[in-house]
Amino acid sequence: MRGLKLYAIGYLIFLYAPIALLPLFAFNDGTVIAFPLQGFTWKWFAGLATTPALHDAVINSLLIAVTSAILATLLGICAARANARYRFPFKTGILGFIMVPLVLPEIIVGVSLLVVIANIFSMRLSLWTVVLGHTLICMPFAIAILNSAFDNLDASLEEAAVDLGETPWNTFRLVTLPLVMPGIVSSLLISFTISLDEFIIAFFLTGAEPTMPVYIWAQLRFPQSLPIIMALGTILVALSIVLLTVAEIFRRRGLARAGVRDTGGFL
Amino acid sequence: MAFWQSRSETTKGYATVAPPLLYAFFLLAVPLGAVLVLSFWSQEFQTIDRTFTLANYREALSDPLYRLLLWRSVKIAGATTIVTVLLAFPIAYFVSFHVPPHKKSLWIFLITIPFWTSYLIRVFLWKVILGYGGVLNSALMGLGVIDEPMTFLLYNANSVVITLAHAFAPFAILPIFVSLEKIDRSLLEASRDLGESTAMTFLRVTLPLAAPGVIAAILIVFIPTVGDYVTPRLVGGPDGTMIANMIQVQFLQLSNAPLGSALAVLAMLTVTVVALIVSLGIGRLVRAPK
Repeated sequence: MRGLKLYAIGYLIFLYAPIALLPLFAFNDGTVIAFPLQGFTWKWFAGLATTPALHDAVINSLLIAVTSAILATLLGICAARANARYRFPFKTGILGFIMVPLVLPEIIVGVSLLVVIANIFSMRLSLWTVVLGHTLICMPFAIAILNSAFDNLDASLEEAAVDLGETPWNTFRLVTLPLVMPGIVSSLLISFTISLDEFIIAFFLTGAEPTMPVYIWAQLRFPQSLPIIMALGTILVALSIVLLTVAEIFRRRGLARAGVRDTGGFL
Repeated sequence: MAFWQSRSETTKGYATVAPPLLYAFFLLAVPLGAVLVLSFWSQEFQTIDRTFTLANYREALSDPLYRLLLWRSVKIAGATTIVTVLLAFPIAYFVSFHVPPHKKSLWIFLITIPFWTSYLIRVFLWKVILGYGGVLNSALMGLGVIDEPMTFLLYNANSVVITLAHAFAPFAILPIFVSLEKIDRSLLEASRDLGESTAMTFLRVTLPLAAPGVIAAILIVFIPTVGDYVTPRLVGGPDGTMIANMIQVQFLQLSNAPLGSALAVLAMLTVTVVALIVSLGIGRLVRAPK
């Protein structure tokens, strides 16, 4: 099985190749994104600080990502709770329908929302229209994460609380919520990461205020702004690795709290 | 089963599932319906003529350019799916069967990390890797493997397939991994005890049991890649342009939303047909050798 292990390592190199190049070009003292490298510099990172258009885009993206993550997680809690706790007619169909955005091409989501917003309601495009789209595509991911948190919840704990005289709301607040909290944190972080990085829906639904990916997309056409984008990319990669590691730690803690064996993976 | 469950459980279930269901209904089903309706209307300069017409579909299906883009999108997405799933299967197999249980989630974590980080910049970096003066060509020329830069790597269908196979790798690995994890290991022992070779055990026990994961992987990779916009635009060049690029042009540049809607509907129909053929076809293929 040594062959298989070599293949696995080769595959990881393939997966990490583009990301590994990012810091090389971000610290490279040359305007062309190619080898050979020219020498070490911090100036592209310094350049990030002096680009106001980028700052606005980052703030827009952060606002959208935080709002979408909260909305998607709240909706996800409802779906995961219904899935784990109740039986009702057409359950599989209803939950399957809610998961559809996961497999729909994003351009279809973007176009269809644009049609409704611009052609039918003649609403102005804004950060809110992007939030609507991002909540929709983050929701299935939130549900996938929260489903495992709610599934692992032992129903007899809730029954015990009710038997001991707690109201349903207090049972949910004092028993259920603390047990699924790691799943909620993990869902918030994953939804935040997805929204922050999402381009095509934002491209269709953003008005005069671009999000960070829309800003990056516009800059990719100008060779002189590429090194700064590489510096930005390096920061984003570092940041998302931190966020994902935290999400993963919370997910594992949740599994440990529920007393389940870890089977790996977010999805 | 409906008669013994309490009425209030059904009510509570619906009440709980209502917010996400209504959200998906109003922001997914209604907009998709709107696209369908719009595709039967037509654009008259600034305004939209609301009389029913099949003109958009006639134009979309008779114009060689639209037909070419649609067919090419299916071909590129198909090639991407085959490449991605073939490359992913050994990894999923390796992690499920040869990685010690306590290290499995670390491997899955390592595999998913690159997927979460700046999609646009990742695609752009493939342009840097595959280009004429790019990383791959300079490395291979430096090593003396090739004398001249390879030009078939960038701005064509190949580069789109490579880049998409990279971007969608975790989507293929995870479902296959999950289905491999579910396989009862004693079945494999039984097969070997009954005298099957390792290879035959793999073909007749492991592979059929992994089929649901493989089908899921094929669909999860194929469906979004048909409609990918960024990759063909950045690394595709004229020969790698796909239907999503044309949909974007119709909506945002030519302001012909009805024709763009018709193209979007056709793309979704194509995806649905291919998805049905794949899930039914492979399902039958796996069950046949009984």
